[in-house]
Amino acid sequence: MTIVVEMKQCARIMVQCAELIDTLRFSNAYLFSLMPQLKLKHFSPLILEPLNLVIDEGETVTLSGPSGSGKSMLLRAIADLDPHNGTAWLGETAADEMPAPQWRRKVGYLPAESSWWEERVGLHFAEAPKLDALGLAETILHSPVAHLSSGERQRLAVLRMLQQQPQILLLDEPTANLDPHHTQLVEEWILKYQQHSGAPILWVTHDPEQRQRVGMRHFEINDKKVIQQ
Amino acid sequence: MTLITLTPFDLALASSLVLLLALLSWRLQLGVERQLLIAALRSAVQLILIGFVLKLLFAQSNPLLIGLLALLMLSVAGYEVMSRQQRRFTGLWGYGIGALSMFLSSFSVALITLWVILQPDPWYTPQYAIPLLGMLLGNTMTGIALSLDNLTRTAWDKRHQIEAQLLLGHDARQAISSIRRDALRSGLIPIINSMAAAGIVSLPGMMTGQILAGSPPLEAAKYQLLIMFLIASGTGLGSMAAIWSGSKRLFDERQRLRLDRLTK
Repeated sequence: MTIVVEMKQCARIMVQCAELIDTLRFSNAYLFSLMPQLKLKHFSPLILEPLNLVIDEGETVTLSGPSGSGKSMLLRAIADLDPHNGTAWLGETAADEMPAPQWRRKVGYLPAESSWWEERVGLHFAEAPKLDALGLAETILHSPVAHLSSGERQRLAVLRMLQQQPQILLLDEPTANLDPHHTQLVEEWILKYQQHSGAPILWVTHDPEQRQRVGMRHFEINDKKVIQQ
Repeated sequence: MTLITLTPFDLALASSLVLLLALLSWRLQLGVERQLLIAALRSAVQLILIGFVLKLLFAQSNPLLIGLLALLMLSVAGYEVMSRQQRRFTGLWGYGIGALSMFLSSFSVALITLWVILQPDPWYTPQYAIPLLGMLLGNTMTGIALSLDNLTRTAWDKRHQIEAQLLLGHDARQAISSIRRDALRSGLIPIINSMAAAGIVSLPGMMTGQILAGSPPLEAAKYQLLIMFLIASGTGLGSMAAIWSGSKRLFDERQRLRLDRLTK
């Protein structure tokens, strides 16, 4: 009696396994389900034409285009700060399947201009950031935000953004205000983060050399279209 | 004590002071002379008119007419709140948020006062209902206009700070909370100041009017206190309702800051 029941159970499980293998074989889910890959499907901020783009784990895609062409609009839309068409996916999870704050924690969007809402720098950090990695002194945490140079602000913004452990990085000219030495520090720090987290990166830059250094594929926005170069 | 009746000439004398102020504003290029004169003219026409209307209403005591007047007062106050916003909500919201908050606070406080405190018979006796509602609307109007204006203007100015917090995974409520607090405070400060200064720095307008019109000072003081308490609670509740619905409207269902819902 018990043997019959167990055999039946065993058969059922085998059938389920076969079904599972079948579904896995015919879907991308099998290949990529564990990787934090950024997928955009028919995605467009309202001013651009729809875009299909996949950035794989550990991949860096650079983006350029004339000012006002919609680079920042695209990054803002992916971070779900603006209404947009289409869907952004992180692995197999669509942005609108989770609450917006949770999505934004996973998406590390670094705007070109950083913003600070408290008076002192330190109040913006949940834990002590690795200041020395980007050439900043410990004492900077006690200074008022208004006293910072634009370069210091930019480096602090990188640290603040990485502190939330994002799974994708959207970087809007993260080294625009930095000298070559600090540019190198920031690039290395970001790529190091990518190495251990596998985060896909969409990196807006106007510097062709930086594009060479960090990027694998390059896209350009021209006349409302995002085109691979 | 006899009532000294004001003649049109007395009022003309007083109004010449406003004219003088307008002249100064023009000379100093302050740019408020037009607004000032229009407001003064409006107040003259409106108050004379309401004097006639009240005379008529007091004689009739018809609840339908009283209700109509109350609605008219509310709709004009709603319009005033809207027009004092530098950046108002687009569409019906621009009018609706202010008017609805005012309706909720002023009407409920006025009704409670009529039913529980004053208890005139019938409860809608216009001598009580209309001035009470007018006082409440006039003051909640100021509070709501100030706090809504403060909310939308600050949200506009600090949009980058708000979005920076959203980007770090804070929810909309956290990102706007300090702005909300400041906006609410700015709506409540006028009434707090006037309560604190009442009787020492200033004799409040209503009490002054009653004394000038021949009431015993202590009676006037008691009524003034009643009105002040009502105004404070009405303004506070109204501003809270306005700030609450206004800051909801600033964000959408995905907790995005939607400044496109404000006029440019």
